[in-house]
Amino acid sequence: MLHRLRFLPGRLIQSIPVVFGVTLIVFFMARLLPGNPALAILGQRATAAAVAALDKQLGLDTPIWEQYFLFMGRLFQGNLGTSLTYQLPVTQLVAQAIPVSLSLLGMALLLSLVISIPFAALAAFKPGSGRDLAVRGFTLLGQGMPQFWLAIMLILLLAVGAHAFPVGGYGTSALDHPYYLFLPALTLAITMCPTVIRSLRSSIIGVLGSEYIGTAKSKGSYGAALFRGHVLRNAAIPTVSIIGVNLGFLVGGSLVIEKVFALPGLGSLMINAIFARDFPTIQGVTLFVALFVVAVGILTDVVYTMLDPRVNLGAKDQS
Amino acid sequence: MMTTPTAALAGFQARRRAVRSRSIKAWYRNGSLMAGIVVVGLLVLVAVLAPVLAPYDPIAQHLTDVLQPPSAAHWLGTDKFGRDVLSRLIWGAQVDLRVGFLAVLIPFVVGSVLGAIAGYFGGWLDTVLMRIVDIFFAFPFYVMVIALVFVLGAGEASIYIAIAAVSWVSYARIVRGEVLIAKKQDYVVAARLGGMSHARILTRHIGPNVLSQAIIYGMSDIVMDIMAIVTLGYLGLGINPPTAEWGSMINDGQEFITTQWQQATIPGLVVVVTSLGLSWLGDGLSDLLSPERRK
Repeated sequence: MLHRLRFLPGRLIQSIPVVFGVTLIVFFMARLLPGNPALAILGQRATAAAVAALDKQLGLDTPIWEQYFLFMGRLFQGNLGTSLTYQLPVTQLVAQAIPVSLSLLGMALLLSLVISIPFAALAAFKPGSGRDLAVRGFTLLGQGMPQFWLAIMLILLLAVGAHAFPVGGYGTSALDHPYYLFLPALTLAITMCPTVIRSLRSSIIGVLGSEYIGTAKSKGSYGAALFRGHVLRNAAIPTVSIIGVNLGFLVGGSLVIEKVFALPGLGSLMINAIFARDFPTIQGVTLFVALFVVAVGILTDVVYTMLDPRVNLGAKDQS
Repeated sequence: MMTTPTAALAGFQARRRAVRSRSIKAWYRNGSLMAGIVVVGLLVLVAVLAPVLAPYDPIAQHLTDVLQPPSAAHWLGTDKFGRDVLSRLIWGAQVDLRVGFLAVLIPFVVGSVLGAIAGYFGGWLDTVLMRIVDIFFAFPFYVMVIALVFVLGAGEASIYIAIAAVSWVSYARIVRGEVLIAKKQDYVVAARLGGMSHARILTRHIGPNVLSQAIIYGMSDIVMDIMAIVTLGYLGLGINPPTAEWGSMINDGQEFITTQWQQATIPGLVVVVTSLGLSWLGDGLSDLLSPERRK
């Protein structure tokens, strides 16, 4: 099993320039602020002393390459700067928000699989049929809905109308959290489904046409057992990488959804920071999220190789 | 077996007729293309005719008529500033469609050109460009767009720049992949042996053959961009108020969702219809442009 992970060191080394590039972009984003960044961050009514202090915190009084090294040096110590609104280390704020965002992502992923698998199977068993077209219509619709609007509609129907779920917030105890997370996760799941359904549908069709399914059938396997044991297992493999690639999309979407449902995750942290012009926090969240996406990319490759013995990322040339 | 020149010509003409009638049939039979053209065409018509169609000024405030329910005078009611919701919806089409279509252009051109160069010349140029693409891919669309719009300041120009900065990478990847395949084809090798310059081969021979995938992707990208604009508008980071824009209308309406549900619901439905139309158009185009890839 482990020998299939031979690609991992190379993959990790490959991602080093990407990580550096990410830090460069996040660093230079601050330099895009028009005029004096400190003044731009603090607003026109800032006092000279506050501007000077922020100048110093951002290291704006030194040459630009020196500023970058300073930035990187702090980064290696796990220092993302201090939030201007909360006067707390950005790392601390990010660390507080991570569990919320991760649970939201996890639940959204789970829900999207729960919704997608039956739909994809329904469509794939009779391609071109009425139900295939219906599923196709559903995926187009899911893709075309703005996430925040879908969230508002779900709130209107299930929270305000049916009183089945809270309109927002995260709850107070660990037992509350799943209940509070359900609607936001459902919103994300519905918009994630079209991609998952389409991928699963086409791979199920591919698997159903293969010889080993014929063999399994001739050996007497049928129905749910055939689907779980033979079809889904093989069809899931390409979907894993599709989900991995689209996790960035999910993360981006959760940003807005957290804001709609007032969940205290990374999204709310970032969007509130934008309105408070709290630049270090914006920078910190952006950097963290990008690094998370890079890590997920690597993880996807690992899962992918583990699932499918035919995939060999250690082999030469996969450009 | 030998064929006479006339027989060969007749065969060729017959084939050409067959291809032509098939492509005309494809136009008619292509239901999703037709549906897409109708929906998108109607929306564009509404946007263009907004000054004629809208019953009221979309930004004129009538503070004596705030939050009116739908009536004969105001079909969709009025918002919290007494502005006619229907008029704002119609004028919003102009803003959202314009920004959506224009936002695609820069990344389409920049991404395709860079991708074509990377794929065609290969080597270190390809390696460097693709590593840069990898870096940009690490940033989720909304995270980068929201951060950039903040840095550049709210407004239409910032939206174009932010979307361009994020989405050129997809075009670069798609076109590079297509060029990698195309450059090994006989016609390219022949053109090269014929002494044509790289620039001419890229623009005249490879370009037209690889762009269809980028165009197909572009259609779904417009949907994505419209979503981004609406989302930015909803968050208060988009087109500056009081300009009528669907996203900010949903935000305005959200406050009154329990009493005036139509205010937040209708603009969202319009977005759904818009993206459905664009998706149909994209699907239809993809059938038309690359029939061999039809599923």
